Amino acid sequence: MSKMHVTTTVNGDEAEFLADPRETLLDCLRDHLGLTGSKEGCGTGDCGACSVTLDGELVCSCLVLGVEAAGKRVETIEGMANGNELHPLQRKFIEHAALQCGFCTPGFLVAAKALLERNPDPTETEVRYWLAGNLCRCTGYDKIVRAVLDAAADMRKEAA
Amino acid sequence: MRYHTPSSFDDAARLAAEASGVTRFLAGGTDVLVQMRAGAVLPDDLIDLKKIPGVTEIAQTGDGGWKIGVAVSGARLGAHEALVRDWPGVVEGMELVGSTQVQGRATLTGNLCNGSPAADSVPGLVAAGASVEITAPGGRRIVPVEDIPAGPGKTTLAAGEVISAILLPPRGAGGGDAYLRFIPRTEMDIAVVGCAVNLRVDGGRITEARVALGAVSPRIELVPACAEAIIGTSLDDAALDALAGAASAACNPIDDKRGTVEFRTEVAGVLAKRAARIAYARANGD
Repeated sequence: MSKMHVTTTVNGDEAEFLADPRETLLDCLRDHLGLTGSKEGCGTGDCGACSVTLDGELVCSCLVLGVEAAGKRVETIEGMANGNELHPLQRKFIEHAALQCGFCTPGFLVAAKALLERNPDPTETEVRYWLAGNLCRCTGYDKIVRAVLDAAADMRKEAA
Repeated sequence: MRYHTPSSFDDAARLAAEASGVTRFLAGGTDVLVQMRAGAVLPDDLIDLKKIPGVTEIAQTGDGGWKIGVAVSGARLGAHEALVRDWPGVVEGMELVGSTQVQGRATLTGNLCNGSPAADSVPGLVAAGASVEITAPGGRRIVPVEDIPAGPGKTTLAAGEVISAILLPPRGAGGGDAYLRFIPRTEMDIAVVGCAVNLRVDGGRITEARVALGAVSPRIELVPACAEAIIGTSLDDAALDALAGAASAACNPIDDKRGTVEFRTEVAGVLAKRAARIAYARANGD
């Protein structure tokens, strides 16, 4: 099985790797680029733990082949904080204790960031529907939804 | 596995026709990658259609209809205001497929070619009178959407044939469509029953109608008896009851823990009524 050379942009930096064409983008991020923030929960697009954006579109990286990322822009959880400064969503997840085991958290954060970029002032219902493809078995979701709404308010410079 | 990125549908069709092993076309990949991972389908040749010019475009055709590229995602479909205005039922069916993440990739064409009897986007296309452009090594032909499903996981497409676009007819005056499905929860589930209604009104009376049912038989089907039940009426209670009866009579569903035969048969009638009311209101501009 010959591998293919893929050149792509990950979190603003050019990245290249050799991929078996059957490997998913998630496999390539984790195994070839060492970006292990994106998690594999189900591998079938149900749980959202592998969420990344591809040319700005929120996708499950387990449902994208690594070779499909050629020439595209990939944004992962590793690109979310600015150095040591956490993104408001990350800060609010900690403040609200919106995580326990943390396995689903990178996916929730990437998905929530994509929501707030499109809709800076979502309703609770909009947050819940947008995040319906991210599964969490610890929190019961309520703290996650509160954290996202609070982060949105924070980013709009309002008190929630 | 060989991964191909043809730059035209003619090349894609030729690659598929010349391939001897298991071949799959890749659009959004939300079904194909799951099948590959499960080992259910291990392609020898995977033909990615996304490098073909125009596949992510939604274009109005000369007659006022629409041509939708095979790689247009659900998210892109839902963001196209003019298309949503013309065919809200088609778009709302597609938008019910999967999560936000899946919407970023999944396509109408892929949902059709996956061949699921419960595909949420297909009844809306059938009711709308949509067709597909098929490219084969010999040339192109246009086929109604309802002729593509051939039973669970199967289509009527032959080896070397690839869908190269979805075509929606011009909406015209007094038209409205709607799609409803029943699921046991509020999001992220597979239809137990799906029903799409597309109709045209003139002075409050229905002059044309097409009704399609999903998840209640091995194929998503157009049900002419449902259309006949409401054409010529102003969707009064008698017409709605006749519609519901025709929808239930057309059911030949599976029986499983998500919905018994009796339940699916009854719900098909209920959804037909409700979808018809929505389509009728949209047609009247309400």
